Amino acid sequence: MRIAIIDESATRAAVIHEGLAELDDCEIFVVTERRGLVARIGEIAPDIVLMDLGNPSRDVLEEYFAFSRALDRPIAMFVDESDDEAIAASIDAGVSSYVVDGLAPHRIRPILDLAVRRFNAFSRLQSDLAEAKGKLAERDAVDKAKRILMDSRGMPEPQAYAELRKAAMNQGRRIADIAEAVITAHQLMGGR
Amino acid sequence: MALELSIGFLPLVDAALPILAHEHGFAEEEGLNLRLVRDMSWATVLDRLLYGHTDAAHMVAPLAIATTLGRGRPAQPLAVPFVLGLNGNAITFRPELAQQLTQPGKLGDPALAGRRLAEIVRGSARKLRFGVVHRYSSHNYMMRYWLAASGIRPDEDVEITTVAPPYCADALEAGEVDAICVGEPWNSVAVERGAGQIVLATAQIWRRGVEKVLALRQPVLEEKREATEALIRALVRAGRHFVDPANWEANAAILSRPAYIDGDPALIQRAIADRLLLQKGGDVVHFADFMFQYREAANFPWVSQAEWLYTQMVRWDGMAYSDQDAEKAARVFRPDVYRGALLGTAEPLPGASSKVEGSLVQRTAVTAQQGAMVMEDNRFFDGVPFDPADLAGYLSRLP
Repeated sequence: MRIAIIDESATRAAVIHEGLAELDDCEIFVVTERRGLVARIGEIAPDIVLMDLGNPSRDVLEEYFAFSRALDRPIAMFVDESDDEAIAASIDAGVSSYVVDGLAPHRIRPILDLAVRRFNAFSRLQSDLAEAKGKLAERDAVDKAKRILMDSRGMPEPQAYAELRKAAMNQGRRIADIAEAVITAHQLMGGR
Repeated sequence: MALELSIGFLPLVDAALPILAHEHGFAEEEGLNLRLVRDMSWATVLDRLLYGHTDAAHMVAPLAIATTLGRGRPAQPLAVPFVLGLNGNAITFRPELAQQLTQPGKLGDPALAGRRLAEIVRGSARKLRFGVVHRYSSHNYMMRYWLAASGIRPDEDVEITTVAPPYCADALEAGEVDAICVGEPWNSVAVERGAGQIVLATAQIWRRGVEKVLALRQPVLEEKREATEALIRALVRAGRHFVDPANWEANAAILSRPAYIDGDPALIQRAIADRLLLQKGGDVVHFADFMFQYREAANFPWVSQAEWLYTQMVRWDGMAYSDQDAEKAARVFRPDVYRGALLGTAEPLPGASSKVEGSLVQRTAVTAQQGAMVMEDNRFFDGVPFDPADLAGYLSRLP
């Protein structure tokens, strides 16, 4: 089975590729370059094409599948049009799939399920990354607020932190929010 | 409880009305919360609509009809209660070709530029390639209408291919296509890069050509009728706001944001103001009604527009004419819903729901259900009117 993964994000394509690599008897092709996309797909002659929903070239590819005579085997969207649940899952995950007509559903379904799982895993990786970045930023803010208190009120560091924590507990807010407020107030008062 | 609707859109200037209805609070004042979902291809906009990620979508008009008729995927009936705008697209050629079609600094004359293009096509050793944004787009039908009326057979003499709007300038620059028909700001992006020169506005091919529509799945429209009517009222207010010159700068700034078009506000403002820079280093020209988003009941879903689109689908999509399909296509446009939403407001409503398209040469007062209505020149460039009473006859007279 020949599977083409079309994704302008090389990182995501790699995540999908890695997941599909565990399947037996599958040859996987990754296409990240937009130029010459249609010609490249013609060369690969895939049985299954996976493409992320955010790719602007989807309309180009659909036109090619639906109307071009270059590929001698017709390609249909999704494995089984009656399988709404599978389609909904793939749209939720952000992947579209095109499958050569006549392939046995029991061969296709595991591939699509795997692709959906890998897309979801990639989204989780991204949100974890964003969260980690957010946490770093929060720690920076707390450090900065501590320094402001240490400088302006002559507190030692543990006390500065205790003050921030106390304010957070009293107001029912997160310590990072209090730190942001301290920084903003400090800036407004002419500090830097 | 507030009504809610989610609307899918592509980053184009003519997605303006839902965006402005949201940003200026017009939807909120109708008791409606809007959630806008930005996508990068019509395929994804349609997928989200069909699988319930969105309730409604900004959509190229022919795609709503193609989806209803089951072209390309299983049929699902869509409903169009509102037209988001007329025209607003242009045809941009590679500069060396453009110079043979028109005078510098001027938009081409569609008949003359068409004749010249036909000569170039006949004399060319290779097939010229034209890019359109989607097979089921008004861009495709306008381009083909112009070519065919100019003596060029679109499927034999040239090649017409699909190019995604953000890549149109690239495709021209790389020589992948000789011309593109696309909406703004993408023609202007190609011009600014020196990759292309605007030769025609699609408004020159059909002065009042239907462009993007608001499409819903028909069962969703029935289920969310109240929210849809609230949306129509909010969109009408957005349309009125959009065409007022006092708001152009602010609206261009809103539309340019990363969450919406993510583009240069100066280029967006030009399109809103019906102004076009035809070639790099040239002067900006004004073409009245380049985009047409509000006046003359531009947003009214005329049944005759749906029927015209159906005739073009028969013409170019390898399908035989059938009365049954024509009827299905006609029913996609829903003037009844539009009227229901606006009855009793100050908004003029036309008396008829269908009209002979392309028959008006000058300002003409027409009968109205409420308010007063005047319509202006709405001709096709070849002067052939479209009478919805005789679709088969119209098709037989076209080249």
